[in-house]
Amino acid sequence: MIAISLKNLDVSYGTTKVVEGANFDVAEGESFALVGESGSGKSTILKAIAGLAPDWTGEISVLGERRGHGVDHAFATRCQMVFQDPYGSLHPRKSVDQVLSEPLKIHGLGNRDQRVEEMLAAVGLDRRFRYRYPHQLSGGQRQRVAIARALMLEPKVMLLDEPTSALDVSVQAEILNLLKKLRREQGLTYLMVTHNLPVVSFMCDRMAVMNKGRIVEIAPASALHDGSFSDPYTQSLYAASGGNPDRKD
Amino acid sequence: MTSEKTQAPLLDLQNLRVSFPTPKGRVDVVKGLSFTLGRERLGIVGESGSGKSMTGRAILRLIRRPGVQQADRILFDGIDLQSLSERKMRDLRGARISMIMQDPKFSLNPVMTIGDQIAEALKTHERLARSAVKSRVLEMLHAVRINDPERVVTLYPHEVSGGMGQRIMIAMMLIPRPDLLIADEPTSALDVSVQAQVLDLIDELVREKGMGLILISHDLNLVARYCDRILVMHAGQVVESCAAADLHKATHPYTRGLLAAVPRMEETRDELPVLDRSTWSGT
Ligand SMILES: Nc1ncnc2c1ncn2[C@@H]1O[C@H](COP(=O)(O)OP(=O)(O)OP(=O)(O)O)[C@@H](O)[C@H]1O
Ligand SMILES: Nc1ncnc2c1ncn2[C@@H]1O[C@H](COP(=O)(O)OP(=O)(O)OP(=O)(O)O)[C@@H](O)[C@H]1O
Ligand SMILES: [Mg+2]
Ligand SMILES: [Mg+2]
Repeated sequence: MIAISLKNLDVSYGTTKVVEGANFDVAEGESFALVGESGSGKSTILKAIAGLAPDWTGEISVLGERRGHGVDHAFATRCQMVFQDPYGSLHPRKSVDQVLSEPLKIHGLGNRDQRVEEMLAAVGLDRRFRYRYPHQLSGGQRQRVAIARALMLEPKVMLLDEPTSALDVSVQAEILNLLKKLRREQGLTYLMVTHNLPVVSFMCDRMAVMNKGRIVEIAPASALHDGSFSDPYTQSLYAASGGNPDRKD
Repeated sequence: MTSEKTQAPLLDLQNLRVSFPTPKGRVDVVKGLSFTLGRERLGIVGESGSGKSMTGRAILRLIRRPGVQQADRILFDGIDLQSLSERKMRDLRGARISMIMQDPKFSLNPVMTIGDQIAEALKTHERLARSAVKSRVLEMLHAVRINDPERVVTLYPHEVSGGMGQRIMIAMMLIPRPDLLIADEPTSALDVSVQAQVLDLIDELVREKGMGLILISHDLNLVARYCDRILVMHAGQVVESCAAADLHKATHPYTRGLLAAVPRMEETRDELPVLDRSTWSGT
């Protein structure tokens, strides 16, 4: 089955069109990356799918269902988003415990105490963080809370906007391993925005490359091994990322 | 580098401690950190929660209560920062010492346009005619590789993308031409090519104007490329300090662990190695 399907998607803010003619399908269980220039519309595509950028035309389907233009609460149990900005996305006066147990409460799920505890451990946060507020956490600790919150409802599809770019490499490794394991065990589908091509290489099957509001190329992640890209923008992005000394190993 | 010609260091930090109260009493999240900085580029790397941001904030005396900071010495260009009045400290912040915060959008004023905010940062530093302010603002946005600066100056913070927010913050902090820049994860939302352009701009100010730079980042390759010296922090302490060029020869097991956890362009590993956190401390 197709988990996410975009057909001729245009998204605007006011009079400015920021995404034009986006088309791609993400298969169920696939991990698909969205990379490209800063400001090219990557977050906007995720927001449109999640119902947070209402001014769009074209077609968006998730798990076979056509999406409307607003937030849909039943949709939340199947599809969750992790936002690029962990500061803005956590409520300043809710403790970590509240943030993680509320989705369970809203959807009438039990065994909350244990689930919260397990999820904190899964994202590498000690139990002493459970009753803290966002301002008492470091940047990376907040981002892990945001990821944990998205996972609480065991969604089938995850929209991940730069989920690990605020994290140091050791925590990033833990989160990426966790996401990979969940995908393997529960068949999750990921649509992940990242600017880090090595992360794509580790995590994803395919990637779409965006430049100035348009998708300029869709390529298998294996193209990162040999640089076999066709679009000039992708080639320049790849070349710039090739400065990574690890490549010479 | 320009550090040869400086006699006294630009920044002299001795035995810095930052603590927070916990149910088990006060716990230090920065535990006696010391370093001196010339007009050079110092990188601070280390795990999430190791105290990097708190170190940066403490230099500017920006630790919020109930946190408490304390040091044997914080001298900036010969000025004892710990004994300055709050007013004098405010004058110094932004003008002579700037900090690019880790949470750019959070640090921007949500009800003021991007253009007005950068103009304000410039005006606190220099008296300029209105038209001159406007062109300096546009020039600065252009310098941080913002496409279409004419449109961007009219936007509010929630209307810019993650990477644009970071670059706007950088523009705002560089426009007063500070003597010391503390940059906390300044480019974590940028792809490598834009990142390189923005860091080259910062680098230019270090070389041409003798600005001192403290670059806090979790990106080991980036600090290796853009800094002269690197401190590796772990649980509030410096566990390794080396010349940037030698980072890949680092010996501390913790630093080695960090290096191994970086994904590679031609990744074939199924799982990335992780660090053992069982020895962790902190608040
Ligand atoms: N609420 C909004 N109102 C007006 N314009 C907006 C709004 N949100 C985003 N934009 C604009 O839409 C464009 C695309 O933004 P988007 O956040 O999708 O970029 P992105 O590809 O995620 O970039 P980054 O990698 O920097 O996060 C940008 O030019 C931005 O200024
Ligand atoms: N108000 C507070 N109360 C208790 N502990 C706090 C508070 N604020 C921060 N801390 C703790 O202080 C430690 C150091 O935080 P800091 O923000 O300096 O980390 P960091 O090294 O910048 O991490 P990151 O890479 O995730 O941003 C963290 O473990 C954090 O949980
Ligand atoms: Mg974005
Ligand atoms: Mg930090």
